[in-house]
Amino acid sequence: MTEPLIRLAGLKFGYPGRPDVLRGLDLTVWPDSRLGLVGPNGCGKTTALSIIMGLIKPREGRVEILGRECRREADFLDLRPQLGFVFQDADDQLFCPTVGEDLAFGPLNLGASRAQAAEIVQETLQTLGLEGFGPRVTYDLSGGEKKLVALGTALALKPKMLILDEPTTFLDRRSIGRLETAVKATGLPFLIVSHDQDFLDRMVEARLIIEEGQTRPL
Amino acid sequence: MSHASALSGRGPLARADSRLKIVGLVVWSALLAVLEGRRAATAGLAGSLALILLCSPSRPRAFFKTLLLANSFLLFIWLALPFSFSVPGRVVWSWGPLKATAEGLALSAELSVKALAITSAAMAVTVSTGAFELLSAVRALGAPEKLAAMTALMLRYIQVVGQEYGRLTAAMKVRGFRPRASLHCLRSWANLAGMLLVRGLDRGERVRAAMLCRGWRGKFFLERERTFKRLDAFLGLAWALAAAATAYLSWGGVS
Repeated sequence: MTEPLIRLAGLKFGYPGRPDVLRGLDLTVWPDSRLGLVGPNGCGKTTALSIIMGLIKPREGRVEILGRECRREADFLDLRPQLGFVFQDADDQLFCPTVGEDLAFGPLNLGASRAQAAEIVQETLQTLGLEGFGPRVTYDLSGGEKKLVALGTALALKPKMLILDEPTTFLDRRSIGRLETAVKATGLPFLIVSHDQDFLDRMVEARLIIEEGQTRPL
Repeated sequence: MSHASALSGRGPLARADSRLKIVGLVVWSALLAVLEGRRAATAGLAGSLALILLCSPSRPRAFFKTLLLANSFLLFIWLALPFSFSVPGRVVWSWGPLKATAEGLALSAELSVKALAITSAAMAVTVSTGAFELLSAVRALGAPEKLAAMTALMLRYIQVVGQEYGRLTAAMKVRGFRPRASLHCLRSWANLAGMLLVRGLDRGERVRAAMLCRGWRGKFFLERERTFKRLDAFLGLAWALAAAATAYLSWGGVS
């Protein structure tokens, strides 16, 4: 039997001074999952993603990434790049002056040489249809281009899956179309958090909703 | 920011080794600052103008406009220095109690020429290099990585913060806010500044999280491969000769 990419079991988490936002949340992502995660504002979608990435720690519950149980920061260090996380605001993700340097940052972190990183940058730009964008300055890009590059920074890590947090916010229909094509073309399994029902209709094969701090199929 | 970033050099100076340009600029500026005499100062200005030619800025009008702006502080020198209350000497012009002296005028002229020469050289170097390559080169010359990385991040996000500021002030304006000398206005500005700080902090946390998600372990990759080319040797030599000639004009006659 194949093992899940992500398994969350019985997660409990609350921000200080407020009632628990996650009250025993379970979530499993399989290597062939194309999963959408929905729910009203403040229901804990982003919190769940932050726990998956090890950016915040649950008070209770079990986090398994690629079959390994993760508790401490050290457990997450090697696993994070394999999950290909794309942030909601591309300006958070793209911190380098140029597109090429941003795409190279991940591979360099993973120990690639300059030459290898440059190769991955070219490859990534090609898959996204952004040939020649390497030297472009990040803050001169349009919102749609920034989003594609942000996806590119995740793809450059050669991840086992993608996690997209509200990928369609701030995007027009054409940019959403390009993003859609790019994500599908990777053939990777993914987990998408979104309010955009049309987008989810086209992308995912199953949906989970978070209600009362727990997931249930929709 | 986008205005400044649009300026770039197309000449040979843009292709030269950035380390050489930085070292050259430091030495050249120090020399220009201490040299004596109008002849030497003029020679220095000529050298700096040659640097601008070598830089060959992409938009000359914008380049010289910025250069002029950078030299606007010279106005204060000309408001104070030429007159007898600052530099006593032979009076060449007077208007009421104001008496301009020949020595004062000469000193103002020399200072202006020097300042113009230094800012010209600095602009030629920075414009032909670009902010991030400049940081990378400063790092290559031994500056601390953290400092260089922080400056690079600041340059990247100053525009994002600027946009945030624009959105916040627009939201204030559409609700009828107008700057006045009132407590309400001061309080609103304080809120605006506070909000920018809080958002900046949040942004910083998210950027860090995004970096961690890409396997960041605390190292920035500012280093680039650098080779010292024939162009660099030539430029370095020419610059050194110009500096020597300027120094000779300043101190060569006196022994």
